[in-house]
Amino acid sequence: MASFKPTKIQVYPKLGEKVTQDTLYWKNYKAPVQIKEFGAITNIDFSPVAPHNFAVTAFTRVHIYGPFSQEPVKTFTRFKDTAYSGRFRSDGQLFVAGCEDSVVRLFDVSGKVALRMFKGHTKAVHVTDFTSDRYQILTGSDDYTCRLWDIPNATELTTYQEHTDYIRCGVTSKLNRDLFITGSYDHTLKVFDARADKSVMTMDHGQPVESLLLYPSEGLLISAGGRYVKVWDLLKGGQPLVSLKNHHKTVTCLCLSSNGQRLLSASLDRHVKVYNTTNYKVVHNFDYAASILSLALAPDDESIVVGMTNGILSIKHRKSLEESKEISGQQKRRPSYRVFVKGKNYVPKQDDYLVSKPVKQHLAKYDKQLKKFNVSKALDTALERKPEITVAVIKELDRRGTLKNALAGRDEQGLSHLLNFLIGNMVDPRFAPVLVTAADMILDIYQSVIGQSPVVDRQLLRLQELLEREIDYQQDLVEVLGMLDTMFASSLPRKEVPCQHCSKGGIYPSKKKVQFYHAAK
Amino acid sequence: MVEHGEIRVVHRGGSKLTSRDPVFSSDSRFLLCASGECVKVFSTSTEECIHDLRGHTELVTGVLLRPSNHLQVYSCSADGTVRLWDFTDGILIKTYVIGYPIYSIYASANHEGVIFLVTPAQSDKRSEMFQLVAVQLPQSGDQLVEARELSAVLSDVSSNPAAIVFGRGGEYIASANGLQLEVYFFKKQKAYRFPLKEDNKKGGKNTFMCVACHPKDDCIATGHEDGKIRLWRNFNHKKEYTYSTLHWHHSAVSSLCFTPEGTNLLSGGIESVLVQWRYNQESQRDFLPRLGAAITHIAVSPDGALFCTSHSDNKITIIQSCVKVSAVIQGLVKGESVRTDLMMDPRSKSLVLNGKPGHLQFYSLQRDKLLYNLDIVQQEYIHESGLQQFEVVKAAFNASGNWLATVEERKQKAAELELNLKLWAYDEQTQSFVLNTTISAPHEAQITAMCFCHAADSQTTMLASTSKDGHFKAWQLAAQAHTEDEGPSWSCDFVGAYHDLVPECCCFSADGSLLAVSFQEVVTVWSPASWELLTTLSQPPGAIRDLCFGRLSCSKYLLGTSANNLLCCWNLLTCSLEWSTSMDVSLLLADPLSENMAAFCCQAGCTDLFVFKPSEPRPLFSRKEVCSGKVTRAVFAPREEMLESCEESSQWLNHSQLYFLTQYMDLMTFTTKAEEDRLMASSKQLVIDDSVAMTPFYLLLGKHRQQENQDSLGGMSAERTPLPQGSVAIRELLQTPAHVLPSTSYLCSMFVQSLLISVTDTREENKHTEEEMESEKEEEDSEGEMESSTRPKESLESEATESAAPALTKAQARELRRVKKLDHSWLAGLLDS
Repeated sequence: MASFKPTKIQVYPKLGEKVTQDTLYWKNYKAPVQIKEFGAITNIDFSPVAPHNFAVTAFTRVHIYGPFSQEPVKTFTRFKDTAYSGRFRSDGQLFVAGCEDSVVRLFDVSGKVALRMFKGHTKAVHVTDFTSDRYQILTGSDDYTCRLWDIPNATELTTYQEHTDYIRCGVTSKLNRDLFITGSYDHTLKVFDARADKSVMTMDHGQPVESLLLYPSEGLLISAGGRYVKVWDLLKGGQPLVSLKNHHKTVTCLCLSSNGQRLLSASLDRHVKVYNTTNYKVVHNFDYAASILSLALAPDDESIVVGMTNGILSIKHRKSLEESKEISGQQKRRPSYRVFVKGKNYVPKQDDYLVSKPVKQHLAKYDKQLKKFNVSKALDTALERKPEITVAVIKELDRRGTLKNALAGRDEQGLSHLLNFLIGNMVDPRFAPVLVTAADMILDIYQSVIGQSPVVDRQLLRLQELLEREIDYQQDLVEVLGMLDTMFASSLPRKEVPCQHCSKGGIYPSKKKVQFYHAAK
Repeated sequence: MVEHGEIRVVHRGGSKLTSRDPVFSSDSRFLLCASGECVKVFSTSTEECIHDLRGHTELVTGVLLRPSNHLQVYSCSADGTVRLWDFTDGILIKTYVIGYPIYSIYASANHEGVIFLVTPAQSDKRSEMFQLVAVQLPQSGDQLVEARELSAVLSDVSSNPAAIVFGRGGEYIASANGLQLEVYFFKKQKAYRFPLKEDNKKGGKNTFMCVACHPKDDCIATGHEDGKIRLWRNFNHKKEYTYSTLHWHHSAVSSLCFTPEGTNLLSGGIESVLVQWRYNQESQRDFLPRLGAAITHIAVSPDGALFCTSHSDNKITIIQSCVKVSAVIQGLVKGESVRTDLMMDPRSKSLVLNGKPGHLQFYSLQRDKLLYNLDIVQQEYIHESGLQQFEVVKAAFNASGNWLATVEERKQKAAELELNLKLWAYDEQTQSFVLNTTISAPHEAQITAMCFCHAADSQTTMLASTSKDGHFKAWQLAAQAHTEDEGPSWSCDFVGAYHDLVPECCCFSADGSLLAVSFQEVVTVWSPASWELLTTLSQPPGAIRDLCFGRLSCSKYLLGTSANNLLCCWNLLTCSLEWSTSMDVSLLLADPLSENMAAFCCQAGCTDLFVFKPSEPRPLFSRKEVCSGKVTRAVFAPREEMLESCEESSQWLNHSQLYFLTQYMDLMTFTTKAEEDRLMASSKQLVIDDSVAMTPFYLLLGKHRQQENQDSLGGMSAERTPLPQGSVAIRELLQTPAHVLPSTSYLCSMFVQSLLISVTDTREENKHTEEEMESEKEEEDSEGEMESSTRPKESLESEATESAAPALTKAQARELRRVKKLDHSWLAGLLDS
């Protein structure tokens, strides 16, 4: 006497992205906190020292936010025009920012008034940074020059006028106090050594350079400009390593995750992409509401802060360990009585005779009904479950040849319940083959009562509309498929096959074709 | 070197167990059932087959315990004989020649020396008319007795054995045929007929299916085609008979049976539910559902403790009083057709084919036993006629047996075809196949062929499938890159097509470097590494039926058979036709262990077999008219131990054995003379005189015991236990308390004397056993003998003690000295007792 075999619920391939470790990691953030700023947010910088406040440069002011506050803990407002590139010094004590009025201001983080004003540039300063020895400041300006300034004296040390267009990004070496790199709209990246009076290395990015980033080891340099993100090997004299083209609008900002394993790039196309830095494949993707101008990651990836053109600052905090555990803990069903666990860890002694109890089979409600051949009730109970289960039960009923019995004999409410389900899931390609048969039967059974209930009539009309639309879609897809076929047929070189008697081999263009077939389906 | 005779075609196992209802022995320890041309005796507790009662030359059609001796059994067969057997020893006692094909056999304790047989009506043998005849069995000492005195009892009976039954104590016999129930009273010599209308008002069909009589009461139960059961009473009057109706079954009742006390009525049908009705309280029913397949016969043991149901899938279930299935005797399941090919499981070396609906069966050819069923479909089976079920249509193993691929399909009337491709991985821990990947709708139309890449050293396993949708697909095992928690699964690697033609068959070369796919009359050869079309071969007209790569030294050849009666052999190095010959090959297959290939050719309604090497023009072996009809399924099964044959014609059977299925679903094979001799010898060895059921466990222990026995025989004494206990001296020695025992020197001589007796015993025993053998043969007919196996020992003992203590000879003295040195193994015997 075999036991009842429960209905098999088909496991459908998950549509959309596959769940990976990366997805899990980057999805593990809370809902974003959104703060409206006065204008486009051009720069975000995290303080290197705890509690890791971050400075947000937007329009004519710089706000400094605490790690969990939604109100700024400090604001610098003494800018005459739009501020740019607010940066912390490595000890978190000083803060520098450029400005549209060509003056570079240095602030004490606790003060309000600028400590120093560096005047010398003739146009807006978009790039400011501290050198690694903390006593100098690098600035880059729209007047095509980049300069080094001495902080104590507020004097200009060196000027380099090598770029031939606006300098919009720059980065200083964290290991060497004399090295810094600038990127410009003249498509070039230049490496400068403060001891030399000329640039020591020049690389061509091919697009106006928007952002620069050095690896912690400083052997590799990443540049973003246009739609491209490029990686350069500085130790090999600036040899290009990789060119990534994953955005469809200009990439505006680059950022490394705390352990250096992932690279994040933000773009005007409203996406942030996460790359694996070993193979430079995109492993995750964030969507935002507006074009992104700036992006920063808190140390240990505690939060992702993104600034957008519409002035909205989006802060996502990582879920704490307890929170993420709590969720998974909730899903687990625990026995409600201690009696269930009683004796579970009892180890039988040597002479004990072990009496094994037959395991009782637990059946779902619909399976219990199916076991009793109550087909209508089985369908009713299954309708309350997930569509996968409902479809599996409908399929099982069809296999048993009793689907018609299960569908028939329903009142207005029961029928509208069924039709609702059909409307919701009929066009899902995973369920369509099963549901089409069921819909067919419903129409056959209930065609005599059409017109008696306005509710059912309305639903039938909706179903009809839905089907018509779906048929149109399918038609379009077939057309696209036909176009693709022609394109492939023309692009593929016809290969002669050694053949003794007749016929040339019309081979399908291998895997690509297969993928398209799947995509089309 | 072994002498080799000619090669013979023989039946090999897998015959139907459930053609007739099984019979319990009176002590319910054995179950006898007709199986093909023999009667099999099964143990009800261990499910093992203990004896094959062989002797009939055609299908056995009935088995019946002899009413006057419950250790003997009658069997009747279509060859026109009734044989009497002693089933505990498996000995044929008598053969009665009747002369007409017999369809069933009945007997009753009330009619001593008479058996009732169903034979064709004598007037003309062709017609479908049968009659019940009584045969007085002549009393004679001969083995072969002619019994031609037939007296007709009832004419126009059904050939269905369930339709005739003896009533209470054999007073009357009831027979149902078509729409008529006939009851014949032996005392009155009068028959009453009770006709029914063809249809009742509600459209039920009244045709009788089976009959059962109450053992204590005048009541006949009949089962009908519409699922009703009628209980007839008062039928010794023509007019005043009554019947009541019971209805639970939704389709025909195929078997009915009363329990021995008459308290319950059992019924079964296609629903595969055993229903137990309380007699006189028919509203109370017990059910035993999901027995696996339609019930064809029900039998109850004489003490009523065990029920036994035969099922349409060649299975006998033994049930403990309608509660629990205690044993299942499963034969080879053969449906109308073998949808999957015959295959060999590389691990268990068992034959694999589709069995029960939705299952794959693993059948051991050596032991003629079904090993297990693998549930492929994993769905509740609905027992209803006319319902489209999922069927396993294709299956394939990879070379190591680690992977099994199965295809199941269900064809609905209106809607589209449902197809599933499933891949099963062998789990070492559970020793069974575990589902790895399910691919629903792998193709858009039916799959025509499927094969694994058999390369032994390949890194990845590959599966190719061809379908009527015009594509062939290659499937590959690949680890999923993203999720680490799941193991590797199968996915599609390549889809290929050729000119919108339908691929029919596919085959990987032995090293896995080539894949040949036939598209009607064109054979395309692909490279699985790059999926390039390497070459096309064709020999029009006529579509390709079978494709086979050569193996070992012939691996450069590709063989194909076409529908246009052509067997072609292409050389793959030159891409040209090497040779071709005109023959209508219905099946071509390659031996996996050698270069040999077998081709079954169909000619004029008969099948011929040719075994050849692709490189040699002359066939190694050819046999005309192997069997009638077309052979479409065959398999090479690797042998457990290699034969050593020098004869050229039988060399091809050295490594593997060729099994094939005939049109009538008989499993046949080819054997050599030497092999048969060996088989006979081994079967003789296995004959066990004990009444203990022969299980593998018994064989293991029994052998050990035997060896012990022989050792002790050769060492000193014959009997293991009787010696120490039987001897008065020893008993005295053990039973007296130690402190009152006499001195050891005195005891020693006593003990030695007791040993001396047994020495003479050994010698005389040899004589006695010979005598016993003869006397046993004489006594075989004696009906009173119950325990023939244990009796000789006892008599032997008594005789041994009688002829005790002769004078010591020199040799005996020497023997005695040796005995003294021996270990006192009798102590072990004492401990046992």
